[in-house]
Order: sequence, then C-alpha cells, then structure tokens
Amino acid sequence: MKFISEFRRSELAQGLLSRIRRQSKAPVRFMEFCGGHTVTIFRYGIRQLLPETIDMVSGPGCPICVTANADLDKAIALSQMPGVIVATFGDMLKVPGSSSSLQEAKAGGADVRTVYSTMDALKIAGDNPDNAIVFLGIGFETTAPTIAASILQAEEEGLKNYYVLSLHKLCPPVIKALLDSGELKLHGLICPGHVSAIIGSHPWEFIARDYGIPCVVSGFELLDILQCVDMLVNQVESGKSRVEIAYRRGVRPEGNRQALKLMRQVFEPCPARWRGMGEVPDSGLKLRKKYQRFDAELAFDITPPPTREPAGCICGDILRGVKTPADCKLFGKVCTPENPVGPCMVSSEGSCSAYYQYGVGLER
Amino acid sequence: MNDKDKILLAHGSGGKLAHELVEKGFVKALANPLLARLDDSAVFDFSGRLAFTTDSYVVSPIFFPGGDIGKLAVCGTVNDLAMSGARPLYLSLAFIIEEGFLQSELSQIVNSIQKTAQEAGVEVITGDTKVVPRGSADKLFINTAGVGIIAEGVNISGSNARAGDRVILSGTIGDHGIAVISQREELSFSTNLKSDCAPLGGLVAEMIKACPNIHCLRDPTRGGLATSLNELAKQSGVSIRIEEQKIPLREEVLAACEMLGFDPLYVANEGKLVAIVPPGDADKVLKAMQKNRYGKNAAIIGEVGAEKPGRVVMKTALGASRMVDMLAGDLLPRIC
Repeated sequence: MKFISEFRRSELAQGLLSRIRRQSKAPVRFMEFCGGHTVTIFRYGIRQLLPETIDMVSGPGCPICVTANADLDKAIALSQMPGVIVATFGDMLKVPGSSSSLQEAKAGGADVRTVYSTMDALKIAGDNPDNAIVFLGIGFETTAPTIAASILQAEEEGLKNYYVLSLHKLCPPVIKALLDSGELKLHGLICPGHVSAIIGSHPWEFIARDYGIPCVVSGFELLDILQCVDMLVNQVESGKSRVEIAYRRGVRPEGNRQALKLMRQVFEPCPARWRGMGEVPDSGLKLRKKYQRFDAELAFDITPPPTREPAGCICGDILRGVKTPADCKLFGKVCTPENPVGPCMVSSEGSCSAYYQYGVGLER
Repeated sequence: MNDKDKILLAHGSGGKLAHELVEKGFVKALANPLLARLDDSAVFDFSGRLAFTTDSYVVSPIFFPGGDIGKLAVCGTVNDLAMSGARPLYLSLAFIIEEGFLQSELSQIVNSIQKTAQEAGVEVITGDTKVVPRGSADKLFINTAGVGIIAEGVNISGSNARAGDRVILSGTIGDHGIAVISQREELSFSTNLKSDCAPLGGLVAEMIKACPNIHCLRDPTRGGLATSLNELAKQSGVSIRIEEQKIPLREEVLAACEMLGFDPLYVANEGKLVAIVPPGDADKVLKAMQKNRYGKNAAIIGEVGAEKPGRVVMKTALGASRMVDMLAGDLLPRIC
C-alpha cells in the first residue's frame, strides 16, 4: 500500500464530498485544532467545496505560534550567553520575539543550531564538552516524549552540559480553556492526529461528554480530513456527540503507552503561558524534581528584556479562532512570510502562513 | 589519504605548484586546443546572436547521488543558455578551493566536468583557480560562465507567454533537492533517489526543431516549479493555471516531502524545464520531448490565461483551485 497517494485519490474524495453535501442540513461550525490540518484544508481547497452549512475555523494547534513572547525572549537571551549553544527545530529561528529573533541573534554571533531530532542535540553536547547546550523544548504531546528520551539518555551518558528549556504545551487543557471562554460556538472538533497518536482518543472524551461537542481524530491527508468532516456531520445530524477516530492507522484509543510513560517519568504538568490566551492551568510540562539539573530555567540566570507585543498583530485572536488572518490589518501588507510580524506568519503550520501561501483572504 | 594529496595555498598562488595543477590537473583532463594555449583569454571567432550567462555553485555535499558539484556547474550554465534557445558552445571555469581539499577529489570533479561538457557539446576554454585558507570556504566553490549561439528565427523569453498557450513540464519534479538533502549529515535518510542533474541543450534543440516558435523556456532550479511559473506569469503579464494531478512526481519524492514538510512544487530540479508553447504546437513539442531521454516523462500540465496577470493557480486533486505563490525564504540551503 502506498501510504500517501492512496489517501489522496480524487475519485474517493469526490464521493465523500457529495455525501457530505447530501447529509449536512444544520448550519455548523467545526474547528480544526491542528495547524497541519489547516495546511491540508487549504492545500486542497477543501473549504471552497464544502456546503455552505459548514463553517470551518482554525484553532491554536501550532506549537510555535502559541509560544508566548516572554518565552521566546528567554530563548533569545539564552542564545546570547557566553558558551551557550542553543539547539532548536528550524521553524523557531525566524519567529520574532519582543525585540529580536533567534535568527538575528545568530547573525549577531550567537551559536544557534538547527536540529531535526533531539538526539542531534545530544550529539552536539557530546562534541562540545566545554559548551552548554540548551535544547528548546517546543511542541505538544507529540515532541515531549522524544525530549524526555533525550534527557534520560543524557543522564545515562553522564552528559553534564545538556539542558532543556521546557516550553511544552498540552492540548486537551487548552481546548477546555477555549470552550470555557464562551467565545467560540463549536459544533464539532477535528482532533489533532499526531498528538492523539501519543495520548490516544480518551483525553478528548470530556469534550463530547461535558460540552456535547462531537469529536473526530483525523489524519493529515485529503481523504482523512474529508472522512473526518463526514463523521462529524453524521454525529451532528443524528444528534450524537462522541469521540471517534478517523485515523486508525495512526491512533489507538489508549495512545502510545511507551511514549506516555517516558513523558510522565521526566515531566509533570504545570501552568503555561499561551499567546493570546494567557496562563492556562496544567497546560504545560516542567521537569520533575529528579531531572531538575537538566532544566535550563533553573541552571541559567535568564534575564530577557521587557516583553513587548507587536502593535496591530492579532495572532492571539487568530489562535483562539475568534478572528481570521483576513481580519488583520497587517496581513499580506506589513506582515508577509519574508517580513513576519507575528508567529502565525512564520511557522509553516501557522494560520496566517497557510492563508497567505494559498492565497486565501488576500487580494494581491 | 596523505598530506601530499592536499591542496595547499601555494596551489592558487600563480607559482610552480599552481602551474602544475593547471597543466596536469585541468588542461590535460579538459583537453581542447583553445584552453591549451593558456593565454590570458580564450580567443575565438564568432558570428550571429550570442547568449551569455554565469552562475556559481556551492552545493553541499559536493558529491551526491546522481552527480557532483562539477557536473552541476556544467549543467547549470549550459541549461541557462539552452533556456534562451541558445546552442551552448563554450564555458569558463573558476574554482575557489579551501586549503586542505583533496587533490584526488578535485580530479574526480574535473573528470566529471569533462564528461558532462562532452555530453553537452561544450568546451571549457578558460579558467581560474584560487585557494583560500581553511575555513574561508566550504571545500570547493565553482563559477562557470557560458556562451551560446541563438539560431535565426528563435525568440525565446520569459516575457513571451500569451493567453491560450500550453505549459509543458519535461519530467518529475523535486528529484535533485530531495536527493541532495537526503545526504546531509544532520538528517541523512536512505533513498534510492538520484539527482536529475543533466544538460538540456540537446532536448531544447529537438524541441526547437519541432517548433521554432516556442515562447518561453525556464529551468525550475532553486525555488522549484512554483517559483519558475510565478516568474513567467509576472514577466509575461499573464496568469498560469496548472493541474496538480498532471504534474509528474515520484512516489519517493512525495514521501520525502511529507516527512520533511516540503511542498514538491518548491523543491529544486537540475535537469528539468518548463516550456510555454502556442496551443497548436503543444502536441508536436510534447512528442519531440518524450523521444529524448531527458524528456520521456514530459507532460502538458496547464495553460496560460489573460485574467489576473501575475498569478499562478492550481486545480487541486479535489477539483478546487488554490493560489501557488513564489517560494518565501529558504527551503533548502545550498543545494546548487
């Protein structure tokens, strides 16, 4: 089986679309939580082909976008400390903090290295024993286990110069915060696929049960998304709300036990700052006491400059799903992928970047 | 490997070692009478319309599946000439070498240059060598410039696309970019994919033979197909509409792109071209292309429109349409 082209077959997609058109009666608003889903939706132009009854809104599921400026500033300040090498996933480089970005810090002489896996960061630590290596722990439940694994391996190897700045975020708590805010009227949630591959589908049960909102876990291909929308419509039209999985090849209800075990062994929940949402209880991860010597926050005296938010940028509102990039005065004019003002224009999974890239909400 | 095998600063100094390198290393391998004269410039007779271009090559790693920096340095410049409808004739070749680079690798690259030049029907007739201290360059950088002759009646330019024209792509996209990046130390993954790096002068000559009235040619290198189409749309003041399902794409490239988060439309090619031709000539050109080894997967992927000049729009597999923008920023650093 071909795992990509099989899930892009156009005749199957057309079939699903016509079924959705036939079955959708009540006007509904569905949110795709994950930035990866947003990209698929725009890449295939799914929104324009859905019936008028279905309104799609993008959620906060881009880990780079939701990282608060204050936390970005910390990462930049760390990179400017003598002897520190900052290792990070590539997308972070360009994200503007309050007054600079990692990319600018790098051009100014800071040692910032892009890695593709946490194990590369460990290798840098091993190769540079006289430097302190700080890995920027950015991401959802998807990346946290691999970072936990790197900490365990660093401990096993006796690496004394490896640190993690843990800015991880957890998805279910932030969805709860979004729903509790009452800003959004949702009739269905497309639950993130990769996050669910780790945590399973059980952690979404409270949404269906307590808020009466249908939930379907989706994969990232064309047919995944259409199948997911079809299943959501089905639940809405039959008056049900439960958690279903439209991504069986990647997600089990109980999740990935091994990964969860690693994550829980090294990290514990803590409050976290989200861009646009402020502090959300139990939505972050910090290192457990036993592993505190790897915690960059404790190991370094980080004093970032005062936090500033870029004037006019509405990334926060966009992340909460209450506004779209098209509502932003800066979008496509002052703020472009070449000169991003806010993070949603930088990350490939950011809503603004997806809107811009695929020409939605723009008259250029 | 021993220290004798290494390039020293003295190899670029103009002194004895430098002469030895040029005579034994380059002139012998690249054998042709114009180069062998070793005058300050190559002198040759010429009449007609001339195309002239230059490009620098800094790819990392310098050896990659399907090619190396030498082959790339010939193909890149030859292809730029061919995209103007010119028959490539002569190249210049300048090396910037990092001190300590292996002579054996250099001679491997020079041989590859010769082999590719031969296939492309061009001669390297002038050159230069500089050696810079360790750390001042990454192993080896190459610059080539080239000249070619444009036949009577051929007028190919990025500004010639007209509404109704057809857009033809010569084969699968993204092979070069993915082949190179698969070799990068920091993310090496295993694939059988080879770079498509190839000289396209022959293919273009056959296309022109089939239809002297080709409007535009472009090789979608850095920035990929999406960027080339945007350039053509802007230059000609037209829109271009392509169909996703008609674009030839290898399953391996698709899979690697998914893994790396790339869109194949933006991944570099080094042996592909896009042609924009009058509608009545499209099938003729397509057939001519498919007969050439570098065009056997050629396909008509779209057409040119008059509305909304400068825009490229793609009909997705689902039947919706979306805009295809130019590449923003840097997708893959140093792949050519």
